Parts: sequence; structure tokens; C-alpha cells
Amino acid sequence: MDLTQITPDEIILWDWGWGAINATMAFTWAVMALLGVGSWLVTRHLTTGPGMSRWQNLLEVVVDYMRRQIIEIGDQPARRYLPFVGTLFVFIAVSNLLLIVPGFIAPTASLSTTAALALCVFVAVPIYGIAATGVRTYLRQYVQPTVFMLPFNVIGELTRTLALAVRLFGNVLSSTKIVAILLAVAPLIFPAVLSVLGLVTGLIQAYIFAVLAMVYIASGTRAHGRAAPGPTADHPDPVTVVGGVGSPIPQQEES
Amino acid sequence: MDAQESIAMVSIFTAGITIAIGSIGPALGEARAVAEALRSIAQQPDEANTITRTLFVSLALVESTAIYCLVISLILIFANPFWNAVQ
Repeated sequence: MDLTQITPDEIILWDWGWGAINATMAFTWAVMALLGVGSWLVTRHLTTGPGMSRWQNLLEVVVDYMRRQIIEIGDQPARRYLPFVGTLFVFIAVSNLLLIVPGFIAPTASLSTTAALALCVFVAVPIYGIAATGVRTYLRQYVQPTVFMLPFNVIGELTRTLALAVRLFGNVLSSTKIVAILLAVAPLIFPAVLSVLGLVTGLIQAYIFAVLAMVYIASGTRAHGRAAPGPTADHPDPVTVVGGVGSPIPQQEES
Repeated sequence: MDAQESIAMVSIFTAGITIAIGSIGPALGEARAVAEALRSIAQQPDEANTITRTLFVSLALVESTAIYCLVISLILIFANPFWNAVQ
């Protein structure tokens, strides 16, 4: 991306009359292929014996870390949420970390990608909530504490989706932009230093995106007083919900 | 000064002002959040995991205000919607 382009959507790689492939789509497919083929290759030879391959070790560490984080945040068994939240984290983290490959433009630097991911979270929250507590209980939390809070709850649902999309987009795009600006100003060493900073930011943003998705899902499924009783259980503010999870981890998941 | 020049002038000035003012609040807020989190970790090192995770999430939430300002100034500079309106 050069200086005047604000999104990788503007880079057209291939153009037919009826459709075009831009850089966002191409690099999204590249990340998808890398993740899919890589996971398939690693999980073909799974073993429980001592002769474990390094790649299986890597995958186990990553998956186990995500599982423990989900248990701590959601205060529930991780089995139902790991596929969705884990996929979000792995996809965003890999597309941000592939910044080290020359010529690669992170697909998360496009508002289209991040809006799609945020819409997935927006749809997943009611699905998980209704599956966990039922339609009536889920819908009732929109009129808590009073009916007059209904518009604010709905607006909050929409704005946090917008914030989720714009936050990831802004962070990734700004690190890409800063590297592009520095390439024009001081092209010798400083772009590399800022790229390292971009790697850190990208990983933290992937973590934050996954954690926020899990927090939203947990606040949707944790309807009234079923788990984590106390004044913070019904509070829609995600920070308060995270702060309220001080209760012990379920023991059956710690094996 | 025709319309395009004034649009350029106002856009560049506003972009700078937006990111300058918009980053003051999140900077102060994040500094306070980090200071409080460090104090809490010093008092209760056992809870460091929970505190760190909560800190990261809240930093992301606080920082989003600055990110909005950044996006607006980027739009004003690189993708100004009013450029084509006056031509």
C-alpha cells in the first residue's frame, strides 16, 4: 500500500468485466489456505505418545491457552465457544503476524474484513445467548433494569459492534500507514523497528478482539443470577463483567 | 481562494486538530488505568493474571476513542469525500 491508498480494497489484482479480485480478498484466501492446509497437515499425525511432533506441540499450546482463557473469562466450559472465538483469534493473529512476509498486506487493514468479523460476533451473541438461556430470558435482559433502558441497550449492542470493527481496522491500518510514511521519509532502519511494533500491536489486537467477543457472548449467556451472582452479573458493561469474574475455575475443565 | 483550496486547507487543519485533541483524553485515561493496575498487582500479585487481562480489555476500550479520531483524520487526508463535490 502506498501513501495515498487508505484500504487494500483499492488495490485491484485481477479485473474481469463482471468482477474483480482485490488485495483484501486475495490475502484473506491466502491466510485461509495457510491455516487450513497447515492444520490439516499437523492433525493428520496426531499422537498421544512421547514422540510428539513439534507442530502438534505448537497447536496444543495455542489451543490449550485459548481454552483456559475462555474458561477464565466466560466462567463456563470452553467446549462450545472455542471453535468460534478461537477461530477469530487465530485468523486475526495470523493475518497480523504475516506482516513479516514482504509484500503481504494484512486483510485486517480493510474495513470490509473487520466489519465482517464484527458482524459475526454480532450474530453469534444472540445465538449463543438463546441457546444457553432460551428466547424469553435472553430478550428479557434488554429491558433490565427497566423498560426505559430498551433503546439504550439496543444502541449499545450496535455501537459495540461498530467499535469492534473500527478498533481493529484503525490499529492495523495505522501501523501499516506509519511504515509507509517512514518508508518515504527515513527508509533505512526505522520502518523495520516500527514493523516490530506493528507485530506487537497486531497480536494484542487479536487477543483483544477475541477477549471482547468472548466477553460479549458471556454477558449474553450469563442471564440473571444463574452464574456469578452479585451486582455485576447483570451489568452490560464488559469491563465490569470481566472484573466480576473472580470466582474459581470449574474443576472438571482443569484436567 | 476557490472552493477546492479552502476544502484542502480546512481538511488538513481539522485532521491535525482532531488527532491532537482526541489523543489527550485517552492518553490521560490509559495512564491512570495502568497506574492503578500496577498498584493493584503490587498489592495482590496472585491476581496478576486477572488484573492484566482486565487491563488489556479496558485499555482497548479507552483507546478506541483515539482510534476513532485517527480514522477520521485519515479519512480527511486520504479519502476526503468532499474532493469530488466541487469539481
